[in-house]
Amino acid sequence: MTYLAKPRLHHPDLPKNKLGYTHRDYEGTVSTLCAGCGHDSISGAIIQAFFELDVPPHRVAKLSGIGCSSKTPTYFLGNSHGFNSVHGRMPSVLTGANLANRDLIYFGVSGDGDSASIGLGQFAHLMRRGVNMVYIVENNGVYGLTKGQFSATADKGSKAKRGAVNNDEPIDMVMLALQLGASFVARSFSGDKEQLVPLIRAAIAHHGAAFIDVISPCVAFNNHPGSTKSYDFVREHNEAVNRLDFMPAKTEITTEYAPGTLQEVVQHDGSVLRLRKLHEDYDASDKAGAMNYLLQRQAAGEIVTGLLYLRPDADDLHRLLNTVDVPLNQLSEKELIPGAAALEKFNASLR
Amino acid sequence: MKQTVAPIERVNDFVVKFANVNGSGSASANLLFAKSILRMGIPVAPRNIFPSNIQGLPTWFEVRVNENGWRGRRGGVDLMVAMNPQTWEQDVKEIEPGGYLFYDSTKPLPAAKFRDDITIIGMPLTGICNREYTDARQRQLFKNIIYVGALSALLEIEPEAIAELIGELYKGKEALLKPNVQAMRMGRTYAQNELDWPLGIRVKRANAVGEKIFIEGNSAAALGCVYGGATVAAWYPITPSSSLAEAFARHCRRFRTDPATGKARYAIVQAEDELASIGIVIGATWNGARAFTCTSGPGISLMQEFIGLAYFAEIPAVLFDIQRGSPSTGMPTRTQQADLLSCAYASHGDTKHVLIFPQDPKEAFEFAALSFDLADRLQTPIFVMMDLDIGMQDWLCEPLAWDDSRKLDRGKVMSYEDLEAGKDFGRYLDVDGDGIAYRTYPGTHPNRGSYFTRGSTKDRYARYTEDGATYVDNMQRLQRKFETAKQYLPTPVRKDAAQKTRCGAIYFGSTAPAMEEALAALAGQGIHLDTLRIRAFPFHDEIADFIADHEQVYVVEQNRDAQMRMLLVNELAVDAAKLIPVLHYDGTPITARFILREVGEKLAMFNVTPLRKVAP
Repeated sequence: MTYLAKPRLHHPDLPKNKLGYTHRDYEGTVSTLCAGCGHDSISGAIIQAFFELDVPPHRVAKLSGIGCSSKTPTYFLGNSHGFNSVHGRMPSVLTGANLANRDLIYFGVSGDGDSASIGLGQFAHLMRRGVNMVYIVENNGVYGLTKGQFSATADKGSKAKRGAVNNDEPIDMVMLALQLGASFVARSFSGDKEQLVPLIRAAIAHHGAAFIDVISPCVAFNNHPGSTKSYDFVREHNEAVNRLDFMPAKTEITTEYAPGTLQEVVQHDGSVLRLRKLHEDYDASDKAGAMNYLLQRQAAGEIVTGLLYLRPDADDLHRLLNTVDVPLNQLSEKELIPGAAALEKFNASLR
Repeated sequence: MKQTVAPIERVNDFVVKFANVNGSGSASANLLFAKSILRMGIPVAPRNIFPSNIQGLPTWFEVRVNENGWRGRRGGVDLMVAMNPQTWEQDVKEIEPGGYLFYDSTKPLPAAKFRDDITIIGMPLTGICNREYTDARQRQLFKNIIYVGALSALLEIEPEAIAELIGELYKGKEALLKPNVQAMRMGRTYAQNELDWPLGIRVKRANAVGEKIFIEGNSAAALGCVYGGATVAAWYPITPSSSLAEAFARHCRRFRTDPATGKARYAIVQAEDELASIGIVIGATWNGARAFTCTSGPGISLMQEFIGLAYFAEIPAVLFDIQRGSPSTGMPTRTQQADLLSCAYASHGDTKHVLIFPQDPKEAFEFAALSFDLADRLQTPIFVMMDLDIGMQDWLCEPLAWDDSRKLDRGKVMSYEDLEAGKDFGRYLDVDGDGIAYRTYPGTHPNRGSYFTRGSTKDRYARYTEDGATYVDNMQRLQRKFETAKQYLPTPVRKDAAQKTRCGAIYFGSTAPAMEEALAALAGQGIHLDTLRIRAFPFHDEIADFIADHEQVYVVEQNRDAQMRMLLVNELAVDAAKLIPVLHYDGTPITARFILREVGEKLAMFNVTPLRKVAP
């Protein structure tokens, strides 16, 4: 039951971040998802990422659509405002929220049904507009809440729990995000927190549309032999192209690496993304190359993970609309209302 | 041809209709014609009757000249400017007996194409243009200005008024200004030399315009959004609402650009569809901005799910519905009032919404500004119910007014200080008994006041629940809130006749000018009718009182199914038999003539009042 509060009993030795918050301050209510659900691991990674980044929880707005994944914002950042909107339409709500106040962090959580089927249109246009946000799809290839129907990301030929075979081509959210203009695109696996946490941290620090497709097995309906979204299958076929070390702005860089194995990217806010290359020739700044590589590896049956594309100097919707620096929801009446004298002039122009 | 009916003789009271082909540049010339009469101090009511098409289909522009200032469509045509061979038969037929036909006589037409009860005025417009201009586009565009010049002679429009308007139109574009003035003079001179002028219908300088302004409802509503403090607009192009969003952009560039930085104090998104439009609005208002969308019937249909969310999760939103011919794609460029039910009860389940009905552009401005206060105060969607006739036609209105001491009503919002002071925050907790709970904006306080917004059932502290009693408690509070809404909404306008009468009429929105005119005509015939103009839903008690006070109440509206009547019957404990529908829904704006005929017939049928024959 999602309204059950967790006991707020803190261990005195719990580590604190720079704001004096412990890990617990970034948690939400107890999860009501199935034991072993990949989504809960992602919630854990989100909590860790925000804790490590010293983000005040109330400066985050978390938004979701409908489905198992969309329930998860209740399970992290309990001091943030949350919005569980309608099925497939979180992108528009997030866009509006972002327009109202450019100073908060917008964190969208969705699923493959929510984003790849009913919400594919809104997903596409959100990416096109470059809304400054983190958008995570918790991708399990299946409709969980309605008990096991295929979703649009299910691979062709993959088997449902009761044996039905999926005949439709899968939608690859990463390819879509790349094509549609997302400026930070990654794929990860809920079972690989080491990879996932730095990716989420980097995505939060990224100024622009950051998208992470997280393969997140459904233990109830899609974790059997024949599924391509099961823990076993993903572990066997996971091909990470790089490992990310995320360093917030002004971190002293100490470790040394052999030349050619490291790609360093500085983002708008001064944070540094250090990519340890696992594949010599993978270049995360080359969109066309990334798409080409993904297509090839996908054909070979691999699931490519890591930071797949990054444009650190991306524009966001506010820059494109040239909105004022002050959040629109904080403008004063004086700044908003032209007044009676201006109206009289306007009248005069209509005679 | 000998004319069988005496030509109509009327000064400052007639209807001119232009029949053109769309995409030929006629609309701006015709508007110039209308405005030049306005400049002579004579009220006009122009109506652009256009097809859902860009080029090549028939389009009409009707100008009613009326010194009394009646703004409704009159019906009938006194002078037809027939420039479209495609619609010739229909156009000629529409002229009132004794009326006038102005046509391009370059190519002779057989006598059978004309009527013998009207005055025929031929002018070889194409011939003149072919002689004067070599460029095909110029021949077309200047033809329009030439006939405006000719009409100025025929109707005695002061040429200075036209020249002044051309000067304003092409200010800073000398290359366009001079040839336009020349073309106008050429047409005028031709008419003075070759045609019989003036006609029996003509204008004479008057002083009946005063300080009034000439404005489209969509532009006025968009300005109301600026004055109402809207900062976020999301929309999807749809006739007849697109010009509202475009006008908002124009007004914002003028009034909302930070003078120091040149940056925008607003954000406008042309969304991918209407679902996204309303989603963006809901996200923005949830986060403490004022936001709106504008659409028409099909857009309202698409927004249904989100509207239910905004109702149930109690998120402010403003929606402008510029109604058009319906159902389905219907008549996209024609007017109707046919979205009442789809807005009043929008979305699945038990939902009810606040509607407000402006009668003209001036009220569109006022109601637009007010709608944002209402949305914040009531934390619910507010529908501003306009239509194509108000939205896309230029109306002569009282000047727009603003009181600088007016403050925005942001409704019940808990601040950082409130939360810090330890005030009990329950997002759905009715502390004041009016059904309206306090809300907080995201990001307000580090550890107080956050809550989870959802479309599923929740308790008073916004916690998820499936408990029946909690659900009912919440639904009853929403009902209470809907009652509370009445005190903030524009009240109905009741006008009682000079004499006590058993009959009344209820109307709303763009029916107002036709109704007022019809009422004056009825009064002139000694027939008395009390009227009530509804301006908002939920209904104020005065509406039930008005119905109770009369034996027969005509409910005049512009749709087939008598939707306002349905709402009245459904929402008020009134005797349905008393409410007699008067329905106009062919896509043209309702006319006083129509109301007079319908009400006259019905009065006779019910034998309510001894009735003399009602003139058309």
